[in-house]
Amino acid sequence: MRRELLKFLFFAVLILAAPLVFSGGYLMNVLVFVGINTMLAVALNLLLGYAGQISLGHAGFFGIGAYLSGILTATYGWNAWLAMPLAALVVGTLAGLIGFPILKLKGHYLAMATLGLGIIIYIVFNETVDLTGGPSGLSGIPNLSIGSLVFDNDFKNYYLIWTFGLAVVLFCVNLAGSRVGRALRAVNDSEVAARVMGVNARILKVQVFALSAVISSLAGSLYAHTMTFVSPASFGFNFSVELLTMVVIGGLGSVYGSFLGAALLTLLPELLRGAQDYDIIIYGGLLMSMVMFMPGGLVRGLPELFRRVARRREGAGNA
Amino acid sequence: MKKLIAVCGVVCVGLLSATAVFAAGTIKIGGLFAVTGPAAFLGEPERNTAKMVVEEINKAGGVKGHKLELVVYDTSGDATKAVQLATKLIRDDHVAAIIGPSTTGESMAVIPVAEREKVPLISCSAGIKITEPVKKWVFKTAQNDTLAVGKIYEYLQRHKQSKVAILTVSDGFGASGREQLKAQARKYGITIVSDDTYGPKDTDMTAQLTRIRGSRAQAIICWGTNPGPAVIAKNARQLGLKMPLFMSHGVSSKKFIELAGDAAEGIKLPSGKVIVADLLPASDRQKGALTAFVKDYQKHYRAEGDHFGGHAWDAVMLLKNAIERGGDTRATIRDQLERTRGFAGIGGTFSYSAQDHAGLNNDAFVLVEVKKRHWSIVK
Repeated sequence: MRRELLKFLFFAVLILAAPLVFSGGYLMNVLVFVGINTMLAVALNLLLGYAGQISLGHAGFFGIGAYLSGILTATYGWNAWLAMPLAALVVGTLAGLIGFPILKLKGHYLAMATLGLGIIIYIVFNETVDLTGGPSGLSGIPNLSIGSLVFDNDFKNYYLIWTFGLAVVLFCVNLAGSRVGRALRAVNDSEVAARVMGVNARILKVQVFALSAVISSLAGSLYAHTMTFVSPASFGFNFSVELLTMVVIGGLGSVYGSFLGAALLTLLPELLRGAQDYDIIIYGGLLMSMVMFMPGGLVRGLPELFRRVARRREGAGNA
Repeated sequence: MKKLIAVCGVVCVGLLSATAVFAAGTIKIGGLFAVTGPAAFLGEPERNTAKMVVEEINKAGGVKGHKLELVVYDTSGDATKAVQLATKLIRDDHVAAIIGPSTTGESMAVIPVAEREKVPLISCSAGIKITEPVKKWVFKTAQNDTLAVGKIYEYLQRHKQSKVAILTVSDGFGASGREQLKAQARKYGITIVSDDTYGPKDTDMTAQLTRIRGSRAQAIICWGTNPGPAVIAKNARQLGLKMPLFMSHGVSSKKFIELAGDAAEGIKLPSGKVIVADLLPASDRQKGALTAFVKDYQKHYRAEGDHFGGHAWDAVMLLKNAIERGGDTRATIRDQLERTRGFAGIGGTFSYSAQDHAGLNNDAFVLVEVKKRHWSIVK
């Protein structure tokens, strides 16, 4: 446990010190989105990496959080800090209710069901024009503020988002190391065996599904208040797949892996922009080779790579 | 301590370069276009045109002796990416102004950034919300849907047809069209007797058209971009519908006639003048710009220039004129843009003012009809 805490502290210091290096440029803006994506990837990882349940509809929960916060504050003038927990509560309840029937499904069928859920949510955003502004989006969402401190630039938003981001990471690291975390992994390995050991797998799966949705909704609310604008295109099927890619590339069942995945998938397209029209090919190629040569994800693959390089050096030194 | 000084230095340099836009002798212009993704049909011609115009301007000696440099990024139609890239253009590339984005959603997302950073933004998308209410730093070149709807309703009113059925696509373009079709009907004494939508990827609209056949509609107005409207044209022909079919400016390119084939015959739609450039009378103020654009685009890309590319053409030229008139910082470029009067471009004749950042009136559109697989102007 002590080691986990040290790891977290190291991570937190790294995150909090990053603006000293990147301050000013637009990279700061991208790092804000790395924060949001990290929360989403960590949330999905709880479900996919620990409990072994797939979801292709998480962009939907992200979207509901964003839209509820957006509509309540922009249209109805609510306080943003009040709208955020309410949105999370609504999404949590919704996920709980839907979770009961669909988490009975397994494998491809669960993927299909969650895919359908995501698409339905996307269609609702598009079609309820009077409420959501339809395809051209909802604008005029206020920035978050505490007293006279308004989070209206990237620097402030970075610390705002990462305060939440670090809290989510710490919470999930703790959860993973707890009795619940062990139960989740047991369900992942063998649901029958877990049930024999006295784990109520059914309730547990619904609970983690709802928890994962609540974190996504929170990320959605933060997204809405930093962008001050939301449109349905940001919450479509593509984004669900992107989240899934982050989790898999980063490493299933590792909280820090999710951060690596989120950071990589958010930053890589920006770094490759110099390659002009070839960026998409390089991007795809890199992702493919990562999955092929680091099947355990970045979080296991990178140390392995270092070790190998070190061993080779050693070998060269001896000879 | 050394580090602190270095950081301060970097910040200072950043601040300096933000004010002096022309320091290096070239003027940087940013471009945000959806070159890939679902809105690529907008972004690609826009990027191509912007590149072409900048090249031509530089060949002719630049603007007031300064060369233009275009920095283009692909937003792939994603609002989040558009915001990140707008920030990149402003902070890292220090552009004097931004052209784009291509879609209304992206434009709405980028507007807060442009307003906060005080950078002139000339959007290439049509949504009315972009310039209404007027935002200090935001202009646009794409024609409002209001004008397109007005053209159709005027025609119907003249021909004493008052009952219409509308069929709109469920995306940003269709939603905006539907809103305007409904909002303006009353003004022209028109009643909407049937209001249906279809999905952007639908491949058969027989169900909606059958419902319309059962209504008392005298005309159908369909609002969408390729390929949906072509399917509707074909379905209508198959069902033997006799009432006239109107389309939106979203399909005013040769592509639509190719897709719809014979079913396109007799369809009328409001369009920017670019597709009928050679049919315009010599007295038309836009004729010069239009024929130049069509010829250039053909030469550079061996393809037909469309009005989407025209939006970027107008944006670059408006910027060039603003700089020529004395804009040399982001703030003065903005002021000069607002002083644009009677600039005859591709999308229409632009006159911006403090109250109007869309700048066009209803001569921006003409009503065209497909005759023997070619466009002709409806008098």
